[in-house]
Amino acid sequence: MNLDDFRGVWIFIEQNDGKIEGVSLELLGAGRKLADKLQVPLSGFLLGSEIKSLANQVIAYGADQVYMVDHPVLKNYRTESYMKGVMLLAEKYKPEIILYGATPNGKDLASAVATDLNTGLTADTTMLDVDVDNRLLEASRPAFGGNIMATILCKKHRPQMATVRPKVMKALEPDTSRLGKIIEESISLQEEDMRTKVLRIVNDVTKKANLADAHVIVCGGKGMGDLQNFQLIHELADTIGASVGGTRDVVEAGWLPHEQQVGQTGETVTPKIYFAIGISGAIQHVVGMKNSEFIIAINKDPNAPIFDVATYGIVGDAMEIVPKLIEQFKQLRTEKGGEISYA
Amino acid sequence: MHIVVCVKQVPDTKIIKINPKTNTLDRRSAPAILNPYDAHAVQEAVKIKEKTDGTISVLSMGPPQATAVIKKSIEIGADRGYLISDRAFAGADTLATSYALSKALERISKDLPVDMVICGKHAIDGDTGQVGPGIARRMDIPPVTNVIEVSEVNQQEKTVLIKRKLTSGYELIQSELPCLLTVEKEINDIEYSPMPNMIKAARYEPVIWAVSDLENVERTQLGLKGSPTIVGKMFTPPRPEGGIRLEGSSDEQVSQLMEVLMEKKDLLTIQSSK
Repeated sequence: MNLDDFRGVWIFIEQNDGKIEGVSLELLGAGRKLADKLQVPLSGFLLGSEIKSLANQVIAYGADQVYMVDHPVLKNYRTESYMKGVMLLAEKYKPEIILYGATPNGKDLASAVATDLNTGLTADTTMLDVDVDNRLLEASRPAFGGNIMATILCKKHRPQMATVRPKVMKALEPDTSRLGKIIEESISLQEEDMRTKVLRIVNDVTKKANLADAHVIVCGGKGMGDLQNFQLIHELADTIGASVGGTRDVVEAGWLPHEQQVGQTGETVTPKIYFAIGISGAIQHVVGMKNSEFIIAINKDPNAPIFDVATYGIVGDAMEIVPKLIEQFKQLRTEKGGEISYA
Repeated sequence: MHIVVCVKQVPDTKIIKINPKTNTLDRRSAPAILNPYDAHAVQEAVKIKEKTDGTISVLSMGPPQATAVIKKSIEIGADRGYLISDRAFAGADTLATSYALSKALERISKDLPVDMVICGKHAIDGDTGQVGPGIARRMDIPPVTNVIEVSEVNQQEKTVLIKRKLTSGYELIQSELPCLLTVEKEINDIEYSPMPNMIKAARYEPVIWAVSDLENVERTQLGLKGSPTIVGKMFTPPRPEGGIRLEGSSDEQVSQLMEVLMEKKDLLTIQSSK
């Protein structure tokens, strides 16, 4: 393999039902920086059925080129059909870097493509950079255990690939005056050859809306002690109209369902106000909440890393502070006669 | 139906240490368990077997002590266990891991053709979720990831109906058999193991294969040599500057916080119901 045959930074533009996923736009923002450093074009690649109208959006968000594979068989995401499309593009145009959003489909696709291209893939990246001299992608992710990040490199194989957590990178402001090149590739696919069929897609936004779109989140950690004390988290959230979240420990202890887990293996959230109560601030948790606008941390341990990301920190016993906080809010509600919510 | 479940032994605790010389996990520093997602994968195989009859095999890669997770799988209800264990497998990333496991699956399917492979969504020590789809590609069978329900197995038509979790909601997929599923925890509850399973597990000796027991293996694709990714460096992320500490007694702290939230920053407000 001649590594110099591979040039360019590519972003998988995930679309569902003709709508581009937020993480793909974020990756165009992150990819723009990498491409500029490496002095190569940034390309988005897009697969689906009747998706041509989306190309301009990809350019507006920072791409120099858009590769498109438009075919009725690509209407819904399926590993087998989508990976054929990606293999076709990657083998023909040989990008040096491909980034995917770490969504169910993005991870599924990237894992399959990495196997067929016989190349390296880094999962759930939260930091991206390039070593320009060696043209190496530096994909960093929290390592298991401890507050430590690992930078994963792929030195001898191309393309270098990574999936990237949603809501960690920042999208650029769209610039509709940007110009770019649109390249259409045709593919031959037969529905009869497909071994899987998508019979139905059921959107269930209720579970999701809870955390991902919440303005205020009250999140509790193992420091709450037990399930009974954890009810204080629910009570505070109820009082101020917030959603409840928990750390991995809390979910593993069975105090909350997995949908409410915030962190590396749960949801990434960016609310206006985030209460971190009884949470030490392990990096797996922090990557899932650090972009919240206003973070309030309550913890006994003055050296807990959560205080490093907190806008306001209270060193104290949550079992003492939280009931007082609830009482104050309730009193305020009674006095003024109304419900508390985000301004 | 012959279902093969791929399982992994993982360290149980978050206080696992990192070897500063090699930048890899020091697996001796924590008790080892069956990866929780894989336990659900074995349980799902048991549920399917109850309806379709057949055989459940479990496959793992690891050091000799990884036989413990195979015994655990037998307890849950697996019939047979295979461990591939060899120094040549050591240091494998997800690409080299899926290669080695697919070679073992080739050997297993020679004795008894495989109808379905089930894996956990990911292992809790790596959190990648990349090995399952990798195995599926190497076996050239369709992968279906993030499965939350196996709704129907039709042995005559050789199809399976599956619910796959999406970012918001789920999709209903029909796949041909054989296929590979990776399962979420919510797919089932782990049941108490019946006594005969416990007795069987205690006495069970899994089949252990070295590289030389597998066929058509390209050694350059195994272990560290066959792994395109390496850990470049480990670092503590730059500590963001901490904000303001609210000092004083707990009453003072609470009232300062109330002031910030309700007045100074005007973050929360009361919507009068009057």
